Amino acid sequence: MAEQRHTISLLVDNQPGVLSRIAGMFSGRGFNIESLCVAETVDPLVSRITLVTSGDELVVERINKQLNKLVNVIKVQDLTGTNFVERETALIKVKAKPAQKAEILRLVDIFKCKVVDVNTTSYIIEVTGTGEKLEALLKLLKPMGVKEIARTGTSALARNKK
Amino acid sequence: MKLTGAQILMKVLKEEKVDTIFGITGGAIIDIFDELARTDIRHINTRHEQAAVHAADGYARAKKKVGVCLVTSGPGATNTVTGLASAYMDSIPLVVLTGQVPTSLIGNDAFQEVDIVGITRPCTKHNYLVKSIEDLARVVKEAFYIARSGRPGPVLVDLPKDIIQSRENFKPLPPSSLKSYSPTYRPNKKQLDKALKLIQEAKKPVIFAGGGVILSEASAELTKLATRLNAPVTASLMGMGAFPGTDTLWLGMLGMHGTYRANMSIGACDLLISVGVRFDDRVTGKVGTFAPNAKIIHIDIDPTSIRKNIMVTVPIVADCKATLTELNRLMDAEGLTRDPEINKRWLDQIEEWKSTFPLAYEQKDIIKPQYVIEKLYELTEGKAIISTEVGQNQMWAAQYYHFDRPNAFITSGGLGCMGFGLPAAIGAQVAQPKELVIDIAGDGSIQMNIQELATAIQYKLPVKIIILNNRYLGMVRQWQELFYEKRYAATDIQDGPDFVKLAESYGGVGLRAIKPEEVVPVLKEGLGIPKLVIMEFVVDREECVYPMVPAGAPITEMLLV
Repeated sequence: MAEQRHTISLLVDNQPGVLSRIAGMFSGRGFNIESLCVAETVDPLVSRITLVTSGDELVVERINKQLNKLVNVIKVQDLTGTNFVERETALIKVKAKPAQKAEILRLVDIFKCKVVDVNTTSYIIEVTGTGEKLEALLKLLKPMGVKEIARTGTSALARNKK
Repeated sequence: MKLTGAQILMKVLKEEKVDTIFGITGGAIIDIFDELARTDIRHINTRHEQAAVHAADGYARAKKKVGVCLVTSGPGATNTVTGLASAYMDSIPLVVLTGQVPTSLIGNDAFQEVDIVGITRPCTKHNYLVKSIEDLARVVKEAFYIARSGRPGPVLVDLPKDIIQSRENFKPLPPSSLKSYSPTYRPNKKQLDKALKLIQEAKKPVIFAGGGVILSEASAELTKLATRLNAPVTASLMGMGAFPGTDTLWLGMLGMHGTYRANMSIGACDLLISVGVRFDDRVTGKVGTFAPNAKIIHIDIDPTSIRKNIMVTVPIVADCKATLTELNRLMDAEGLTRDPEINKRWLDQIEEWKSTFPLAYEQKDIIKPQYVIEKLYELTEGKAIISTEVGQNQMWAAQYYHFDRPNAFITSGGLGCMGFGLPAAIGAQVAQPKELVIDIAGDGSIQMNIQELATAIQYKLPVKIIILNNRYLGMVRQWQELFYEKRYAATDIQDGPDFVKLAESYGGVGLRAIKPEEVVPVLKEGLGIPKLVIMEFVVDREECVYPMVPAGAPITEMLLV
């Protein structure tokens, strides 16, 4: 069975320790979390966790079942293979030498992102999109000198059924 | 009227029909013990917190209800971890209440502070830290609900001292319900139909019972199914007693030390009806060769057990009792019958395996441990509740004592926890004061919770302890003999105590048999004494448990002698 990347969306009780239960299940059973994104939902008693993992069909089935078994997990949805939207945001601090400023701004324009902080030696760029878009931008910025980066991890929602 | 946290706790414990608590006091839990002493709930003061949890485990099994422990913070709490892990692996319903430092000190490395909720997350079904008095009653009620429902398991509740001392109004709460937790009890009709079809077509069926049958109290339904199909039955260690061990359809235990006929029948069967099992590696041996010719029906209430180790043909996620009841009903309704001629051929084959390699040993001039268990079985007419330690003693008990009823064999199956047997026997004796309760032990295991002799004496519990003394950590020594060219590293424990004197020093009775002809007299005398008795049997030092499937080998490839 082929390994595949899976985006899993969880609704969980918004309580201390819940994230630790989930992370502990992954580490204790030898599964891997590639990215993780957690925040409260419209219901303040519920949080949504979007996590990305990989594995073959059987591994992902086990992950789903083990997540469901946790008492604080309300709902588990494996979005992979369904119709869903996923986004990630990154803040990228890139060196802004005079000769490269125009090129950076051109890339910002092409990738439809924003410069959110400017000083004499660097820019901070805010970019939102799929992981692939972020990777593509990073690849182009790297030669100019990426000083620091902060990424949110993937967040995702299922589309409405049409 | 406002009640203290300790008083509210007692109210909820009474609501949950708790009549016995095992545990040890301490600084952070003193208020609860103070309040407990004013109720009619019985407190059994063990001598170590690990033993308190094992005792609650034994009690839970023998009484078929939730076992409860009460211990202090810090070391009291950490000492429960092994007991929790054992109960978690064996799906035993427990509620363990731990004291905690006051909320204002949590996180400060206070005296006897430990993050027990963090420590026990992976070895409990669920756990709680109570952070406000308003949550107390609800949380404790939920703990009982979670412990006993679905696939049972231990739940820990951590109780900070200031919360226990503060006051709040109390009114009884309705039964717990959680939107994020609702086990499936009813079987799916389509899956049942598929299972029925497989049963109809089967020529060589085997029923495989696990601990889930005992937990869901489905022994009668399982027996009915086996009788109706005239199908042979085997069991995992945890399933011993789920089906009568003296029935002609009984194959004996399955797995690493399973009987020849049980293991061979798994290799040859064309349908395996597995009920309340999780296909542990000690049962399956090499996974790829397990039941290679069989379609597999797997009934279990825990979805994570399904397709975890073994791929199955028809999974049924539901309660064992509900499923077996429904299967039996459908078979009656549809008038399902099996060809008696075909079935006879299958049963004849099994009979042949049985007579080729029965469980056997030779009793000569040194006491054989198997002989002791066999005589114990005869003298008790199979009616005792048996707990065991872990290792050779446990396997011989499973092989040579025949269990005709559920909850009469109490053992640490999944965790394989030495030191389990004596405290578990104490818990079982508290639960069933009129029954004969016997701990079958090795000299290694018994020393891991030997201090509990004092508990048995204090509460006048007439527990009987059979020590098969070979002055080795015998099971590991057996592996060394067979797979490590007899290099007995770290397994020789010759310098043990004089167990007879030890029993006497605690206030019990000690008896010893050195020669084979002394075995029966010692058993007769010891079993007849209505108080704590240690019966020590000086057995053949290098006796091995056979059959044995080497770890990772197919279960049909057994070492027989």
